[in-house]
Amino acid sequence: MAGVTLDTVRKVYTGNVEAVKGVSLGIEDGSFCVLVGPSGCGKSTLLRMIAGLETISGGTVKIGDRVVNQVEPADRDIAMVFQNYALYPHMSVYDNMAYGLKNRGTPKDEIAKRVNEAARILAIEPFLARKPRALSGGQRQRVAMGRAIVRKPQVFLFDEPLSNLDAKLRVQMRVEIKRLQRTLGVTSIYVTHDQVEAMTLSDKLVVMSGGQIEQVGTPSEVYRRPETRFVATFIGSPPMNILPGQVEGPGRVSVGGQSVAVTDMREGLTPGSAIEVGLRPEDVQAGAAGSSALTMNVDFVEELGATQLFHGKVAGSEFVVQASTGQIPADTRQLPLSIDPANVHLFDPQTTKRLGRT
Amino acid sequence: MEKRALFSSKILPYMLLLPQLAITLIFFYWPASQAVWQSFLLEDAFGLSSEFVGFENYRHLFQQPEYYRAMVTTAVFSSAVAVLSLAVSLLLATQADKQLRFSNGYKTLLIWPYAVAPAIAGVLWIFMFHPTLGTLSRPIKAIGIDWNPMLDANHAMTLLVLSATWKQISYNFLFFLAGLQSIPKSVIEAAAIDGSGPIRRFWTIIFPLLSPTTFFLIVVNIVYVFFDTFGIIDAVTGGGPAGQTTTLVYKVYADGRLGGDLGGSAAQSVILMIIVIGLTAIQFKYVERRVQY
Repeated sequence: MAGVTLDTVRKVYTGNVEAVKGVSLGIEDGSFCVLVGPSGCGKSTLLRMIAGLETISGGTVKIGDRVVNQVEPADRDIAMVFQNYALYPHMSVYDNMAYGLKNRGTPKDEIAKRVNEAARILAIEPFLARKPRALSGGQRQRVAMGRAIVRKPQVFLFDEPLSNLDAKLRVQMRVEIKRLQRTLGVTSIYVTHDQVEAMTLSDKLVVMSGGQIEQVGTPSEVYRRPETRFVATFIGSPPMNILPGQVEGPGRVSVGGQSVAVTDMREGLTPGSAIEVGLRPEDVQAGAAGSSALTMNVDFVEELGATQLFHGKVAGSEFVVQASTGQIPADTRQLPLSIDPANVHLFDPQTTKRLGRT
Repeated sequence: MEKRALFSSKILPYMLLLPQLAITLIFFYWPASQAVWQSFLLEDAFGLSSEFVGFENYRHLFQQPEYYRAMVTTAVFSSAVAVLSLAVSLLLATQADKQLRFSNGYKTLLIWPYAVAPAIAGVLWIFMFHPTLGTLSRPIKAIGIDWNPMLDANHAMTLLVLSATWKQISYNFLFFLAGLQSIPKSVIEAAAIDGSGPIRRFWTIIFPLLSPTTFFLIVVNIVYVFFDTFGIIDAVTGGGPAGQTTTLVYKVYADGRLGGDLGGSAAQSVILMIIVIGLTAIQFKYVERRVQY
């Protein structure tokens, strides 16, 4: 097994469209790395370059210690699971899984052993003789994964493998993928636009936007301390509230004329300069006497069962508060907010970078 | 969803069907039934009288060695054209599918021959390969082949196969290209990652996935060579030399129009009709529900 190292990898399409703008990233051996971002952020292109399905315009891709820029996909020792599964429709499930091994001249009894073992792990033994069209979406997904694991590759690549499944199956397969990766211990790179998948699956979370990496870290690091406003609003559901404010002084900003205390604030910011104040809906508490005196005008309430979302305005900007059901009366019109200084995120309005302690 | 129109009048739906039914009856069923009826008649040399002879025309037909020779000729001709045109068009389609630059222009140019009428296609080819006038006959003779499709039956057949193939490639190309483009790109990519090289990938993945298209085209091509190559044969060889390139369809014309044997010609038409019905039945049975893979 091997890690994957990307060094200023670029992809330029004809017409000078730069899809990936110099991405550098180290993925440790055996870890589960998730690339997440909105559509068109270059995450799939990056994955396809690692797979060898797209040429690399600049930089190097290393699998283990080997630079693979010029290596054919077949010789990179990788396996890929596609969004539409890409099963061979004219072959049985067994032949689908055996195809890659046959091409490599693996002995017949070894093929049978590996395919049967993979089928056992994935619980698809009863379907080995069937054609893919006789399988359900979830079963096809398992076959696609089986095809990847029989090869015992150095790296697994997943290109949005769960987006064609229904919500319930998606949650179930997500857990199975995670368990499978833990069991096999193979380095995995997983592309998704779903931030819940990204948070739950990854050891290393890579948030991408506009062909560049916005932030790399563990899921909790990225959630706790987003480095840019993009990451702050992309990771977390419902997204972080962003309010315009001003710097008051060390550890204090003002929002709509009200003073708010902040723990994580860069020193030496000019008082009076504009700043963006980020607050997660789940970090804001209802309460009369907090350390801050912001008030929300509630417009309507969304019921989610265990929690309720209060939609409204704070200091003229859209704001959402998430609270456990019953904590706040649903007919509240004026909601005083209590804010823990440790939960306030500050961003530069120009560069959108975090203005935390250095 | 049920597509059912409701009419208040009972006559109107039949009135609406009438034009189509009239065309079918007048131009298809009437000539067909005439051919069947005529195949049981024997006409005198001047066309003044005819008598009912039952299956005499058919019996006579199956005693002619020429008829069996025309069958063999047709079999050779149709299999050669079908195999050659399918192979060449598949090759061209796989190249066009690579999405190179100018691929649209390339596709358009390839489709043109289909718009050329068979007789004109035949004339074009005889212009090029006429033993004395043909522009390409001279280089062929220069490499030591005594090229003469007017005298040599093999040369004549080669020329027919080439011209009929040339005309059919466009059609096959369009279908193969559509077939190739309907194969999901990710399946090909998965095969590439699975360690299958371009040639192996073609035979183990692409070709099997094209099999419904291929099967459909085989039937269509056979029907084409059987019936639509009359113009080419008439322009290029006229069934010669010495009847060596006379196919079943050309023999219908030669015996009926040139030989004046209307009854025998009608009997041959009926046999051809049965062959087409058979081919169409096969096509409906397999192509309609696709070749299973």
